[in-house]
Amino acid sequence: MKRSVFYDFIKGFIEENPTFRLVIGMCPTLAVTTSVVNGFWMGLSVIFVLVFANVFVSLLRKVTPDEIRLPVFVILIATPVVIVELVMKAYLPAMYEILGIFVPLIVVNCIIIARAEAFAFKHPVLNSFADGLGIGSGFTANLILISAIREFLGTGQITVGSFRFPQAPLFEPAAVMLTPPGGFICLGLLMAILNVLLARRERKMKAQAV
Amino acid sequence: MEIIAIILGGVLINNFVFMQYLGLCPFVGVSRQLETALGMSGAVVFVMTMASAVTAALEIYVLAPLGLGYLRTIAYILVIASFVQLVEIFMKKAAPGLYKALGIYLPLITTNCAVLGVTMLNVRRSYGILLSTLNGLAGALGWSLAIIIFAGIRERWRLMDIPKTLEGFPLALISTGLMSLAFLGFQNLFKAAFH
Repeated sequence: MKRSVFYDFIKGFIEENPTFRLVIGMCPTLAVTTSVVNGFWMGLSVIFVLVFANVFVSLLRKVTPDEIRLPVFVILIATPVVIVELVMKAYLPAMYEILGIFVPLIVVNCIIIARAEAFAFKHPVLNSFADGLGIGSGFTANLILISAIREFLGTGQITVGSFRFPQAPLFEPAAVMLTPPGGFICLGLLMAILNVLLARRERKMKAQAV
Repeated sequence: MEIIAIILGGVLINNFVFMQYLGLCPFVGVSRQLETALGMSGAVVFVMTMASAVTAALEIYVLAPLGLGYLRTIAYILVIASFVQLVEIFMKKAAPGLYKALGIYLPLITTNCAVLGVTMLNVRRSYGILLSTLNGLAGALGWSLAIIIFAGIRERWRLMDIPKTLEGFPLALISTGLMSLAFLGFQNLFKAAFH
């Protein structure tokens, strides 16, 4: 069975989108998406961990006995998480403070262990690398999308470094979007919108088939 | 005073699900029925309390004196994973009824980020062993409260006419949002009482 490496990369965005299709890794998705910058750095950390873990799980898949694969996965995942933690603490201390316990908590992010179990343990290294990169990028895209919506509605503008859009808030910002309730409701509505779009596409395809 | 603050804080004010976004996967995944929610809550309360105690002891007697702080994440997750395994083996022998009732929820607890989350919070707030255990217990009770209320709400959905696009996760998240809005009210209530 030869799978296209490119397909393994691209499927993370739509077909197997971790947040909207597989509905896993919810905690960081909601916790860090109060601003685009936070979402971006969290996403980047997850990409690194996911690629690292996928590649090593795949490399060791032939010598890992089935019975102890979960402890092996956990160690292979925890190692890059510690690397991310230490690097971030050294070079981005402010971001490390903001993301708080959600950096070490990448260890228990279901996305990573799910990819190790469902994909990397059964596929060659190159495909696993592409899978990790793809799913990770899909996750990052979700984080940026959700945080862009929340930051825009919650503060009235999106701030990335010294760049602001729009220059001055166009409306009275709704601070509730930055609180937990706003996050839950925002994600729920986004999922509902996605369901509507998918249902519409399905109907169209059915109409074409007839 | 601190003890009361920790208990109230864990259960109501800083509720894991509603205020800190911890343990959401099992919260959404295992809340379809009240019974399974109760089973999961029991397991989580037990594991989270014990894990808090064990990791706090590990931190104070091993990691801190040896200066191994950078191994914390790996050490904790291994402690939690082996602890869950231990509980599973023990329960199988000692309480087969309970073991059967909890079923697959026991191993699932390893990936409940609330468990690792609470141990990390304990370290960050530098609680001792006793306060860590208490914080774990309070957090777990708060998580249980949330999932039990939520399971009750979800059971009612079956009788309702829900728009197709909202079915499942979207409605679950929106309901959680509304519940969390209600819990937001506790925040200032106790701030007023304590300060």
